[in-house]
Amino acid sequence: MKYIDEYRDRGSIEKCSQRIAEAVTGPWTIMEICGGQTRSIAKHGLESLLPSEITLLHGPGCPVCVTPQSILDHAMEIASNPEVVFCTFGDMMRVPGTNTDLAHIKAEGGDVRIIQSPMEALNLARENADKEVVFLAIGFETTAPANAMALYQSKQQGIKNISFLVSQVLVPPAMESILNSPHSKVQGFLAAGHVCTIMGFEEYEPIAQRYQVPIVVTGFEPLDILMGIDMVVRQLEEGRHEVENQYSRSVQREGNLAAQKILNEVFEVIPKQWRGVGEIPSSGLGLKSVYRHLNAALRFPQKIIYEPLSTNCISGQVLQGLKKPNECEAFGKECTPDSPLGATMVSSEGACAAYFHYQNFQA
Amino acid sequence: MCLAIPGKILGISGENSIMPMGKVSFGGVVREVNLAYVPEAKQGDYVIVHVGFAISILNEKEAQLVLNTLDEIDPETR
Ligand code: SF4
Repeated sequence: MKYIDEYRDRGSIEKCSQRIAEAVTGPWTIMEICGGQTRSIAKHGLESLLPSEITLLHGPGCPVCVTPQSILDHAMEIASNPEVVFCTFGDMMRVPGTNTDLAHIKAEGGDVRIIQSPMEALNLARENADKEVVFLAIGFETTAPANAMALYQSKQQGIKNISFLVSQVLVPPAMESILNSPHSKVQGFLAAGHVCTIMGFEEYEPIAQRYQVPIVVTGFEPLDILMGIDMVVRQLEEGRHEVENQYSRSVQREGNLAAQKILNEVFEVIPKQWRGVGEIPSSGLGLKSVYRHLNAALRFPQKIIYEPLSTNCISGQVLQGLKKPNECEAFGKECTPDSPLGATMVSSEGACAAYFHYQNFQA
Repeated sequence: MCLAIPGKILGISGENSIMPMGKVSFGGVVREVNLAYVPEAKQGDYVIVHVGFAISILNEKEAQLVLNTLDEIDPETR
């Protein structure tokens, strides 16, 4: 078993889509939470393999897309400081702040580095002892343990010239916020397999019960996604609303306990702003007070606060599954991956970029 | 961003470092991966890797069970 080929096998994919077609009797609207799944759906043309009764909505699950403009403005202010080596994941370089993006700050001489793992920030701090190293620590529950380990080790090793600009988001409160909207059409969820690899899926059980929605923990390959949809559809047809696990090769009910231990050591739950959505209670992770000394927001207080620009971008509605990207007037015209108006057009996991790259849209 | 991919552990090292590290092959491309969150991982295991960290060991038995459900449906019972 190679854990990739088996899940891209044409025969299995066809068998599964046939299974879905045979099970469906009514119209059902299902949201995939994770941008990685949105990308996979677009890339493999999975919507075309589904019966017309099923509508997929794309959820808010791309941390790049939901990072608030104010955090990016702050990041750019810090990255412009000649005393700072600023590091971040590559995805963040072109996300627009109010006036510019990190790629432009770098082009203008800012020392901005792309790193593959948060642990590389610690090496940068050791190699640049005369500079301050700042890491933009974003992500959902999947990335949080890696960011937490970098924080934990920085504290353990007493590294003085490192700090973290933290913008960590949590998925379940966002799902509740979507379900609480009077406009929500979501009848079932595919939950994000890698978020659940860390957190397990117990926390989804009260949501499934309270809102009477089936939730299926789902992987990322085409067959995973179709199987997840099949499991949601069967629940909907039978009037059940439970949490089921399609991605059992990676996800256990209790999640990854070693990772959760470090998360609890470093972070605490806080209210959080989501770009395009607004504040969602208890939907973020902030540093615990014993990690205050590693908080870049305190070490480099933000001096300039911009008013958010008003554009025609409807990415907030796209993120909440209220509109599809191609319902945006700017889609593929003023707004393309080369000149994005909103973050959902930047990240390869953003719904707008996924649509742009993989669908045959008419410009 | 949450992209995380399966790879096979070729070897585990790091007795001298603070954390266990492994060499993981992703279809032939080999990378150093932090194994702190999968302390029970062994050489030959497949792990899911995200931003330099292995976050789970893939369970072959579970994978097989799930794949088998596709073959289990008896057309007669539909
Ligand atoms: S297409 Fe561009 S402008 Fe429209 S919602 Fe998406 S990111 Fe915003």
